Amino acid sequence: MKARIALVLGSVSAAFVALTLASPRVIAADKVDPAADAKAFQNFFFQKFPDVKREDFVNGPYSMNADMKRQWQEKEEFPPYEFALDAGKEMFATPFKNGKSYADCFPNGGIGIRQNYPYFDEKEGKVVTLELALNRCREANGEAPYSYVKDEMASLTAYMAFTSRGKPMDIRIPDDPRALAAFENGKRYFYTRRGQMNFSCASCHVQSPGERIRAEILAPALGILNAMPIYRSEWSGMGTTSRRFVTCNSQTRAVPLEPQADEYRDVEYFLSYVANGLPISGPGARP
Amino acid sequence: MKRSLPLAMLLALSLAPAASAANEADYKAAYAAAEAASREAAGMRNQWTVTVSALAAAKRAADGGDFDRATTAAKEAEALAKASIFQAMSEKEAWKAMEIR
Repeated sequence: MKARIALVLGSVSAAFVALTLASPRVIAADKVDPAADAKAFQNFFFQKFPDVKREDFVNGPYSMNADMKRQWQEKEEFPPYEFALDAGKEMFATPFKNGKSYADCFPNGGIGIRQNYPYFDEKEGKVVTLELALNRCREANGEAPYSYVKDEMASLTAYMAFTSRGKPMDIRIPDDPRALAAFENGKRYFYTRRGQMNFSCASCHVQSPGERIRAEILAPALGILNAMPIYRSEWSGMGTTSRRFVTCNSQTRAVPLEPQADEYRDVEYFLSYVANGLPISGPGARP
Repeated sequence: MKRSLPLAMLLALSLAPAASAANEADYKAAYAAAEAASREAAGMRNQWTVTVSALAAAKRAADGGDFDRATTAAKEAEALAKASIFQAMSEKEAWKAMEIR
């Protein structure tokens, strides 16, 4: 009898100890911890591709394939985004009709700040991307907004990215539950399968970077936005981050969301934050 | 008896296409069901491009008076929309399995 009581008590105690030890882990798993997520994200790629230099991930498929990298390096002598860069520089310097300019809307006159976008606006309670901030600047100064996907917007962001080249991505997540929720929402969007092809962003850019999908070599998700905007031969022109998200969705046969939808803003926040410390390389050129 | 069998077969054959052919009412019912499922998928922000295409194909065929084709396309659209709803529901939790931790 005593032995049986001892056995029951022992089992109950063991169960209690196990529960006590396990509980904080369960809570920890559900807690939003962007710093831990970023560390795990970066380590995943660093371990998966030990021969790739850390700062090289921002060069997308070129970091995965030596032949492509050589061709790209040669192309960089006369980069296809150069015309957009020149146009963007001119547009940036041209005052609006009211005499003000883009420089009046941004910290440091808009020069060398790309690495801080997107940011979480605590007043609005939402993520603000560089593209969104540029159009808001235009509207605040009585100008019509640009298309979010290409042309003028791509030129402007190309110039702004160029002034930040080499600076490490530096995205902040304030201690605000709404900012953490935006980060988590972006993470969810990144990993969620969608479209008839049942692909998530991660299906290509986490599970298969370096692999071919038809004729293309898939870029790693780490640092994928550091090169934006990009000239894509496939597009025969420049495209913004918005364009990249929209076309990715279409390729999985999902109806894309409207550019600058909350989900796109949040996934940009997530992807940029997990690339913190990696250099801005935009504007980029891709096949 | 010998004469009635071929007659019955002829009658059955002549009626068979009429029995399987869809009419405008069939198309309208199929389209309404597809449209409702498609709206639900869009509300979940998980619409598929192929659903939209199948709905458009159904409408085009109906406008041309081909209700057989229109009904088939509408039913396909409904099936696709329902698959996208299932995907959205299951991904509410399933995405976590893909997460880098």
